[in-house]
Amino acid sequence: MPVSKLVGAKVRRREDPRLIRGLAHYVDDISLPGILHVAILRSPYAHARIKGIQTEAALQVPRVVAVFTGSDIGDRVGAVPVASQNPTLRVPKRAVLASDKVCFVGEAVAAVVAEDRYAATDALDRIRVDYEPLPVVSDPEKALGRESPVIHSEWPDNVAFRWTLKQGNLSKVFKDADKVVKQRLVHQRLAPIALEPRGVVARYFPGEGELTLWSSTQIPHLLKTQLSLMLKLPENYVRVIAPEVGGGFGSKLNVYAEEALLGYLAMKLNRPVKWIEGRRENIQATIHGRGQVGEVEVAAERDGTILGLQYRVIADIGAYHQLLTPGIPPLTGLMLSGAYKIPAISIEVTGVFTNKMSTDAYRGAGRPEATYVVERMMDRVARELGMDPVKIRRKNFPKPKEFPFKTATGLVYDSGNYQLALDKALKLVGYEKWKRQQKRLRSQGRYLGIGLSTYVEICAMGPSAAMPAGGWEYGAVRVEPTGKVTILTGVSPHGQGQETSFAQIVADELGVEIDDITVIHGDTAVVASGIGTFGSRATAVGGTAVLQAAQRVKEKAREIAAHLFEADLEDLVFADGKFSVKGVPKKGITLEQIALEAHMARKLPKKMEPGLSATAVFEPSNFTFPFGAHICVVEVDPKSGAVEIKKYVAVDDCGKVINPLLVDGQIQGGIAQGLGQALYEEVIYDENGQLLTGSLMDYALPRAKDVPRFELARTETPTPVNPLGAKGVGEAGTIGSTPAIVNAVVDALSPFGVTHIDMPLRPEKIWRLCQAKEAASAGGRR
Amino acid sequence: MIPAAFDYLAPATLEEAIRALGTHGEEVKLLAGGHSLLPLMKLRLASPTLLVDLGRIPSLGLISQEGDKILIGALSTHYQIESSKLLKEKCPLLPQTARVIGDVQVRNRGTIGGSLAHADPAADMPAPILALAGELRATGPQGERRLKAEDFFLGLMATALSPTEILTEIRVPLLSGRCGTAYLKAPQKASGFALVGVAVWLKLSASGICEDIGIGVAGLAAKPFRAKGVERRLRGKNLNPSLIEEAASHTAQGVDPMEDIHASGEFRADLARLYAARAIQEAAKRAGV
Repeated sequence: MPVSKLVGAKVRRREDPRLIRGLAHYVDDISLPGILHVAILRSPYAHARIKGIQTEAALQVPRVVAVFTGSDIGDRVGAVPVASQNPTLRVPKRAVLASDKVCFVGEAVAAVVAEDRYAATDALDRIRVDYEPLPVVSDPEKALGRESPVIHSEWPDNVAFRWTLKQGNLSKVFKDADKVVKQRLVHQRLAPIALEPRGVVARYFPGEGELTLWSSTQIPHLLKTQLSLMLKLPENYVRVIAPEVGGGFGSKLNVYAEEALLGYLAMKLNRPVKWIEGRRENIQATIHGRGQVGEVEVAAERDGTILGLQYRVIADIGAYHQLLTPGIPPLTGLMLSGAYKIPAISIEVTGVFTNKMSTDAYRGAGRPEATYVVERMMDRVARELGMDPVKIRRKNFPKPKEFPFKTATGLVYDSGNYQLALDKALKLVGYEKWKRQQKRLRSQGRYLGIGLSTYVEICAMGPSAAMPAGGWEYGAVRVEPTGKVTILTGVSPHGQGQETSFAQIVADELGVEIDDITVIHGDTAVVASGIGTFGSRATAVGGTAVLQAAQRVKEKAREIAAHLFEADLEDLVFADGKFSVKGVPKKGITLEQIALEAHMARKLPKKMEPGLSATAVFEPSNFTFPFGAHICVVEVDPKSGAVEIKKYVAVDDCGKVINPLLVDGQIQGGIAQGLGQALYEEVIYDENGQLLTGSLMDYALPRAKDVPRFELARTETPTPVNPLGAKGVGEAGTIGSTPAIVNAVVDALSPFGVTHIDMPLRPEKIWRLCQAKEAASAGGRR
Repeated sequence: MIPAAFDYLAPATLEEAIRALGTHGEEVKLLAGGHSLLPLMKLRLASPTLLVDLGRIPSLGLISQEGDKILIGALSTHYQIESSKLLKEKCPLLPQTARVIGDVQVRNRGTIGGSLAHADPAADMPAPILALAGELRATGPQGERRLKAEDFFLGLMATALSPTEILTEIRVPLLSGRCGTAYLKAPQKASGFALVGVAVWLKLSASGICEDIGIGVAGLAAKPFRAKGVERRLRGKNLNPSLIEEAASHTAQGVDPMEDIHASGEFRADLARLYAARAIQEAAKRAGV
């Protein structure tokens, strides 16, 4: 075996030079001869009947080519698909353009196609839609009430689905417990806000009957399959390309109305078409994340042992399902054991239709909600019992020797050492020192808070049996006649850096220079098959497929080398990128030479196929379960409600690390997004279903100056689930950080009697709580 | 995010610009830094048929001293103000305010004249101009007019400028003696505009008495205002924390605070009291109390 050189090394991202020099090609950079531009008219009403649409005036606008409404398209384009299964699922039909009624602000009702974007946008103002407003319900709890308007008249109420899971003797556990702590928790709606909004270019060649669609997507192969069904085209006449994609965070793990609409328009008009989403459209009509309101109860013994947890949650679905909408809240349910041994767990999910955009997967997708529930409650219970939050966590961790650890929710945690990560974080932050400091400052009327989160998450999605549309991944490695190596992967990186990390894996395996390797992804005509990038799966699942393909290439190369040397296979050694016969290291043959022989195919072993390439499909046997400990120290100004993060320490364990720079980057960006949820972000609709946070002037993202320096460290517990030992890290930062920050603020305000604050922790909320309670009881009590 | 079609004019003289205003009426808008106007146009909340770009008119972007005044051309960018040596030495309240406006990109393009004439109630710049009792000069078809800062702001995005006038210059006093200034703001997290911003200028006598004080408040009400009740309570007094706090508690008196999803009126009013107290305290400290 060659000495591992690149795996584990801080290799700089090979993607960055083109990105930072503006040389990357995003959807909007694609220009085709004769291309037309599409603008979409969206509903200003949250719920209204469409009585008529007049498009004549729009057609009069110079350079406008066509205007389409829902009735023009009819059933020629199928409904927006839902992949997640559930026996109670109600699926209202979501047409690509609404024709009878609209159910949320931003729902598409017409499309203008013009020679340029300006003309298309001007024409939108000329379309007259006659709406008859209908009663609106935007609050998911109210949507379940008897008096609520029913959004989809096919069903008697607004229930979208139910999902339950129950394990253990809950009634006994809760009856016998020393302590039962209840809490209502809100996980507010968030907008994913990828830096690049969505965008689609479609081109149809009528002669060949071939549709090519460029889309800013995380799942080109799944999109190809779904598009062929929606557009009623044979799948082998559809090609999807994900060019450079400027972030997704789950928002592009979907099949959108606009993608099928553009495909249809290209076919109908026989001209290429382009649609680029604006930021306001992006906040209105790209999926939102989170959106849960739950009641949690935890039963505990006096010594801090957690006995049981019950969670009843209302999931705010929005007006329709998108691809994975009903699959997100069950992920919350499955992860409710957190990093702890909890023998009895129940969850009841009620998905509820509201007159809003759909919720779906956003970085973490169900796990941040679970982690927030569990980690918030560990602090709540500790407080009730007068215990240190560190102690109660230690008390309930499974020990390293208890892995693989089976949770009451039916998952098997692959490997872990939760205590080790926590100890490392405590040491790094200086926990005892901060506690002394907290006590000292409180006597001066200053309020420090220390918040912990010891999370575990579910990654590397996943075994196909547990996934709605396959959990395997495809990889191929091809050695070109000149010895250059091409990797083809079914994952679709959009910021994660697999053009670097996959090249590291293959460089080590084949003993070639990383500069001689290229990684191709995101084109269904080039990469034979694939699932995509989401659920922190790309390296653990896709990287393993690539590794296995490289191993197969190496085996074939070994056979060719043995044949050329007229030696036995067992007598060959591979070192420094060369095969040689044992004991004759000077007379070696390089992969480059073997590749040429493989392609010339004149001296190959009998029956061997020419060429030097291999494919592999990796099907994981389980998910992986990364974990870690985040500790946040804040100071809160009770007079202004301002929160200042004074220190942030994160110790994350994502298994074997392929590239520490990529891992650190994922953790940092993840924490920034988790901090956004904790402190600033919230998609707000009013009772009329109007979106009040429709631009970045009102939707508060964390800016660079709001993000403190993070101190990052790692423990490394490999997973046995894949040969790389890698677990996944794309979502860990977001999952771990949110409760750490909220716990810190609640801790800071404990002298005011505060036990919980719902996110985002806006200054006004903090100010109100502090106004309400005098700080008289400040001091001694933690 | 695509604006409607418009014509564009870049006159070389002020007279030409004023003429353009006169002939195109309501449909014309002046373009300075464009950081408020262009977003409105992209959202189609404003669709002017003509933009008159003031950027080619010489001398509108200069900062200079004349006697005991500092003259600031209306086209001076926030960055120019933030980094002006003259202002930093002689009237630091303006650089202190400019440096917390928006972000670097906004400060590089946005102008003081544009900000004042747009009169967004949450904009920062009106607060220090009010605190300093600045003078604004505007030129129209009838020639130049001088306006006191206090008379300039009329209400929500409304000023005393007539439709054919152009704000050309802002004059602020040269601060001398034992002066202290401060601008503190609680930002709206998404936009960076002020939920509440308080600008304070004060002058102490040799014996430490507060000889004069000016306080401008942005963000709280539909128009920025001078907190005269607070000033009155401090003028002629020896400043100490409890007096400052008591005086600042009158900051929102008689004011109808704005309310939106970012802050209730009640919270804004309390922030105004808190930030006024802290800004006065800070200014006093800088003056050597």
